[in-house]
Amino acid sequence: MQELSGERTPMKKNSAVNIVFLAPCVLTFIMIIIIPFFFGLYYSVTDWNGVSDDVAFVGLKNFRGLASSPDFIYSFLITIAYTLINIVFINIVSFILSLIVTSKIRRRNFYRSGFFVPYLIGGIVLGYIWQFILNNILVKIGTTYSIAFLETSFLSMPNTVIWTMAVVNTWQYAGYIMLIFVAAIQSIPSSLMEAANVDGANYFHRVIHILIPMMANAFTISIFLTLTTSFKQFDMNMTLTNGGPATRFMDAPVKASQLLAMNIFNTATANRMAEAQAKAVVLFIALLIVSLIQVSVNKKKEVEM
Amino acid sequence: MKPLHIGKNNRYLKPDLLLLELLTILLFLLFMFPFIMVVLNSAKTSREIIFNAIALPTSWKQLGVNVGLIFSNPTVDYMGAFIDSIVITVLSLLVISIFSSMAAWILVRNKTLWSTILFMAFVSAMVIPFQVLMYPLVRWMRVIGEFLNFRLLGTVGGIVFAYLGFGSPLSIFIFHGFIKNIPLEIEESATIDGCPKSTIFFRIVFPLLQPIMITVLILNGIWIWNDYLLPLLVLGSNGRVQTIPIAVTAFAGAYLKQWDLILTSTLIAMLPIIVLYIFAQRYIIKGMVEGSIK
Repeated sequence: MQELSGERTPMKKNSAVNIVFLAPCVLTFIMIIIIPFFFGLYYSVTDWNGVSDDVAFVGLKNFRGLASSPDFIYSFLITIAYTLINIVFINIVSFILSLIVTSKIRRRNFYRSGFFVPYLIGGIVLGYIWQFILNNILVKIGTTYSIAFLETSFLSMPNTVIWTMAVVNTWQYAGYIMLIFVAAIQSIPSSLMEAANVDGANYFHRVIHILIPMMANAFTISIFLTLTTSFKQFDMNMTLTNGGPATRFMDAPVKASQLLAMNIFNTATANRMAEAQAKAVVLFIALLIVSLIQVSVNKKKEVEM
Repeated sequence: MKPLHIGKNNRYLKPDLLLLELLTILLFLLFMFPFIMVVLNSAKTSREIIFNAIALPTSWKQLGVNVGLIFSNPTVDYMGAFIDSIVITVLSLLVISIFSSMAAWILVRNKTLWSTILFMAFVSAMVIPFQVLMYPLVRWMRVIGEFLNFRLLGTVGGIVFAYLGFGSPLSIFIFHGFIKNIPLEIEESATIDGCPKSTIFFRIVFPLLQPIMITVLILNGIWIWNDYLLPLLVLGSNGRVQTIPIAVTAFAGAYLKQWDLILTSTLIAMLPIIVLYIFAQRYIIKGMVEGSIK
């Protein structure tokens, strides 16, 4: 660690201080992230059972198992579908919200604060709240006023449950993405909009031809944020649906709303630790690919600028 | 905050604006609907909820009764979890903010190959999903605990240690970006005056970090307060130390579909963060925007 002191800086005599200042974060980083990470990768190619120290190398056996597991393939596909739905829902809703709170209506700052509130609530808590809303409140409204489509809970049907989770997720994240969009809108020079106004462009033309192109960067941020958070979704999934209801996929029974992170958790809870670890590595690789795409998109943008 | 003038002259837009306002109020009520329902049903008995979940409560006194039932519950120590959650959040924020800013400062001011490698390591580690680490981490914490003869699993110290590990990469990244823009001259003149390096940091640099410190505290604070999986794995679902999210799941697990208890427990869980938001709204919104764009 001697190199830390540096040759080119005037502070090189203080290498001891450098080490003391870096030590807490670097040591915890190694202990909490680096070492478990390499163990995690290693366990995915072993027969680790979570308890015993005797672990045997089994090669890619766990991964080959996943490729033919309906339960895993289903979770993987449903997670991708869920992520795509979220990207569409969240961007549209957040964009509308950001237009509202940057318009001239009264109390716009109050609305902005209000729309952001769901983001402050943890996934565990809001999962229970929405389970109550969907299973009790909406069903009660449906039966009281004889509204047929509300009489059965959206959480109890395999073909509506993912959409419902995306609605709940949109409710949670829209206010947050709205803030990013608002920041982008406010950084657009108002002279640009005024010029278009003088040229006779109507509101929708201005939004489509000026606002949206100028917000490209904010949309990129929002898409990647939604992508990574949806892919790792766990808390709300657990308390809202706990994976249910049951359905069938590739001639096998599967849980209709069991996303990838929950699949990993349930696999480990069933004491199939090495298999859970292999699933987690697949999740890691998927997120790695997303991040690499994000980095290259950002690089490209910097070149264009 | 200056509104963007997308609209034409005000007087042409008046009817449109009124319509927009009406739609906004509807949308706002739709967003608040779940919260309204939680408050209404937290003031009902279990029987009343089953009978009519959409009615107004017959007596608001029931809210107090339900809160009392939550805090005096024999199976779930909610009060204990509440206190533990506060202690864990505060201690984690303390160590994350101090140690991350110290590390970020060294990484910015020492331009060596090592500091670049370390910084890149912190940044790239943010890609790793918790799912890859969580089970090896629990095992590893047990091993080091046994080795050092110091319990890490099931203790406040252990979970704060883990939060420092998971929270510092993003915090270092945010501090790094901020410190880069602090002019070096201030620190240099202090060096010439013979000020020791640690004093330079704590007396000069640290106070300058205040605006970004708020961002770091808010981002980490919301995450830690609401976090579920890490406390579940490190503390266990019925360990001595608990957190609020674990206590809420304990209520839901022990009192299946007894919505009076479950909803009241979620209401109490949300309350501290909502109250904080009401008072520190401006900082929280600013902090969230800065945290996301970086």
